[in-house]
Amino acid sequence: MATTAVPPAPPKKVNRIGLDIATYKGSKSTLCAGCGHNAISERIVEAFYELGIEPHRVAKLSGIGCSSKSPAYFLGSAFGLNAVHGRMAPVATGTMLANRTLLAIGVSGDGDTASIGMGGFVHLMRRNLPVIYIIEDNGVYGLTKGQFSATADLGSKLKTGVVNDLPPIDTCALAILLGATYVARSFSGDKRQLLALLEGAVAHRGTSMLDVISPCVTFNDHEGSTKSYSYVKDHDEPLADVTFVPYFQDISVDYEPGTVTEIEMHDGSRIVLKKLATNYDPTSKGEALRILTEAHDKNEIVTGLFYVDTKRENFLDLLNIVDEPLATLPESRVRPPKQVLDEIMVELM
Amino acid sequence: MATIHVAAQESEVPAEPQQVLNDLSIQIATVNGSGSQTANTVLLRSIFQMGIPVSGKNLFPSNIAGLPTWFTIRASKHGYIGRKKEIDFLVAMNPETAEEDVRELRAGSAVVYDERLNLNRLRNDLTFYPVPFDQLVAPICPDAKLRKLVRNMIYDGVLAKLLGVEMEEIQKALQKQFRRKAKAADLNWNAAKAGYEFAEKNLQKGDHFSLQRMDETRGKIIIDGNSATALGAMFAGVTVVTWYPITPSSTVCETLIEYMKRYRIDPETKKATFAIVQAEDELAAIGMALGAGWAGARSMTATSGPGISLMAEFTGFGYYAEIPAVLFNIQRVGPSTGLPTRTAQGDVLSTAVLSHGDTKHPLFFPCSVEECFSMAIDAFDLAEELQTPVFVMSDLDLGMNNWMANPFSYPSKPMSRGKVLSKEDLDRLGRFERYRDVEGDGVGYRTLPGTNHPAAGYFTRGSGHNEKAHYSERPEDYVNNMERLVRKFKTASRLMPGPVLQESRKKEIGIIAYGTSHWALIEALDQLKQEYDIEASYLRVRAFPFNEQVRDFVRRHARVYVVDQNRDAQMAQLLRLDVEAEEVTKLRSVLHYSGLPIDARSVTDAIVSQEGVK
Repeated sequence: MATTAVPPAPPKKVNRIGLDIATYKGSKSTLCAGCGHNAISERIVEAFYELGIEPHRVAKLSGIGCSSKSPAYFLGSAFGLNAVHGRMAPVATGTMLANRTLLAIGVSGDGDTASIGMGGFVHLMRRNLPVIYIIEDNGVYGLTKGQFSATADLGSKLKTGVVNDLPPIDTCALAILLGATYVARSFSGDKRQLLALLEGAVAHRGTSMLDVISPCVTFNDHEGSTKSYSYVKDHDEPLADVTFVPYFQDISVDYEPGTVTEIEMHDGSRIVLKKLATNYDPTSKGEALRILTEAHDKNEIVTGLFYVDTKRENFLDLLNIVDEPLATLPESRVRPPKQVLDEIMVELM
Repeated sequence: MATIHVAAQESEVPAEPQQVLNDLSIQIATVNGSGSQTANTVLLRSIFQMGIPVSGKNLFPSNIAGLPTWFTIRASKHGYIGRKKEIDFLVAMNPETAEEDVRELRAGSAVVYDERLNLNRLRNDLTFYPVPFDQLVAPICPDAKLRKLVRNMIYDGVLAKLLGVEMEEIQKALQKQFRRKAKAADLNWNAAKAGYEFAEKNLQKGDHFSLQRMDETRGKIIIDGNSATALGAMFAGVTVVTWYPITPSSTVCETLIEYMKRYRIDPETKKATFAIVQAEDELAAIGMALGAGWAGARSMTATSGPGISLMAEFTGFGYYAEIPAVLFNIQRVGPSTGLPTRTAQGDVLSTAVLSHGDTKHPLFFPCSVEECFSMAIDAFDLAEELQTPVFVMSDLDLGMNNWMANPFSYPSKPMSRGKVLSKEDLDRLGRFERYRDVEGDGVGYRTLPGTNHPAAGYFTRGSGHNEKAHYSERPEDYVNNMERLVRKFKTASRLMPGPVLQESRKKEIGIIAYGTSHWALIEALDQLKQEYDIEASYLRVRAFPFNEQVRDFVRRHARVYVVDQNRDAQMAQLLRLDVEAEEVTKLRSVLHYSGLPIDARSVTDAIVSQEGVK
């Protein structure tokens, strides 16, 4: 009998550790269609896929809010902990203390961070805990139907016509002041920049704080809002063109001298910043704070990598924790022998 | 020259005062920040070293310097180490409180006091021993700045002479206190000697109390409950400790830091096999502990009432998400300023059901420093076995005071890490369902982040999830989960330590107590028997949820007194929820909530009065 040759299925596209992109996806998003948070989840999927991160090494942490639901929508085979409102920072801290070999990615919102979670946020920044801290920033409380958050701009209007009469908290400026060592702002609509900044954050071994402006299509995408798609597109001033070159890719690009700043990350990856309007040095705190202050004054939204310090000791090194996960140290290493108890008892007699 | 004032009104004092040997309480009234702690600790230790059972209690203000502080030392040949209500010997060093302190004494008591205070004018039924502290301290301590600190040591010498404390033991205790500070030890020793010599030359014994060597403390240790808790945590193999300072719990973690630095540094790498983090607040402290527990560490926090309140939301999350962590609650009196440095069993009810929604938590009730140690170890095992936050309910009296005890026993069982699936387990099983009750004990299997298996990862949430840990708001999933959590709580009552029973033959009066009330109780039982011929049974609760033995005890007795160191009879309330309806009326209360540790006399009086005994 004649047989017809079935053409072999085209090989599934896989990343450098042999996993396909589906492995990096999560469950179907229940957020509104067009929500900026979904675009951020997509970039996270892309970044982790491209870099070939093993999902089992990833801990996804979040608080409460629309933003904090999103860890369910990426890296479905990773471990996730959706905690309580405003407390992503402490659970991320505890997780990394327990197992320093994990890669922690925390997703929070502007309400979750800049109001109820402010205490945890500032102290995490100060500790330089190795974690990717993403704020999905839309200026409103979405899940409670549209109240202002503390990152809403002065004069910004709610759908109901209420005008915000308090100045915004700039989480990037705060993070820089407090000691975070990789601080950036991006826009959920800027795929290329956001992906590069996320990949840089994965390579960084300290606190990476990414404030991603992520419009809320339901409660804050109207005329008068300063966090709507159209407003952000019109006012976005990227500091530099960002490219991330992972350590496992041997790419060298020629640039005109003086137009590029390169930052070498701990693992040998590089972040290449190509000059746009002005030359920007992301290793100066003072410069970063000046840019952010001026942008506020001019009603501009500056995006890009504001500050990076690859030298500062991270919190886990500072605590001098053993290299292995504390969580699984064997009893012989965590319960001192009987003779130690005897010695202590004699001292107390 | 100093003069002696012996009681003049014979009618108020027995004509032939009985000599009282090895049975007295000394109260030392000072101002906080005056360095009296050394003198008090040395005195306590000296009596201990003489083989006499002894206990010490520090009643101190919420203040760093300048407010009244009282330290009471009780020596008891009977081995009673609870607080004694009556003061036999007062050392009055604080001008602010001296007059009131003297007025409160019983006739026949004695007062050592700073001569300048002229206290002898106040009463004529006490023995007064005036001591010129300033004159005595000047020649032995030329440095005027140090005088304030050394001055108190003089009363140790005076008491040594008056009561018969051996000076060699004072010297030994001083050496222990100032291990590597020979100069300080010498200075203090000279002060003690000056006091002793002064008393020898100038004071004539007028009271009838004395101390004499016994052999009842050999092989015993002295330690405070918080240090015992810290030791328990270290030997439990704790790896992540996250805390926020609050009196009276701070010394749990501070002492733990010292021990861990000594005994938990990896000998090869010189790195720590632990992480201790002072958090930004209690919300963060419990959040970190739960994050660490979720990731598989043995994690803990220590706090007190206000901190417990702040941890409420996260505790409920831990209960629903089923994350282990151990919370040490060193209980105290209520909120804010006032009495935060005073003891109470203040949080029994609120901790049992801490948080929102339907929640209930396992609680351990240690009564002694031995139990602070052993229950800390049990609590870490239980938290991981049950995958839930577990509380150890100590209190200020237990935590911050020095207690005499038997040396602690090394854990007899290996660490029990609960139902955790490894990569190899998953290779074998292929899959797992996080919240499925496989064994019927209400506890599911979990995996730890980092487990290298494609089926290992799962998503942890609060109240809405099905057995597979998938998001669910379906009523049947919720009910199913809630019922499993009830099964888990039943498992807790099986795994936790049962009560300790001391049964009388008469099944009439039962007494239920817990925690530090135990020490008043054992003495009160003797008082009831000796003074009123009342024989009562005694049950000491060691854990919540209660087990069947507790319910049986209530069933067996006609009247059951529940002793609580709080106003609202918190343990009695918990019991009322637990026993059968017809048993509820049997429950009566003995309440003590003055901020002072409970004493036997108060318990005895309360029971006698409710029993209607004349």
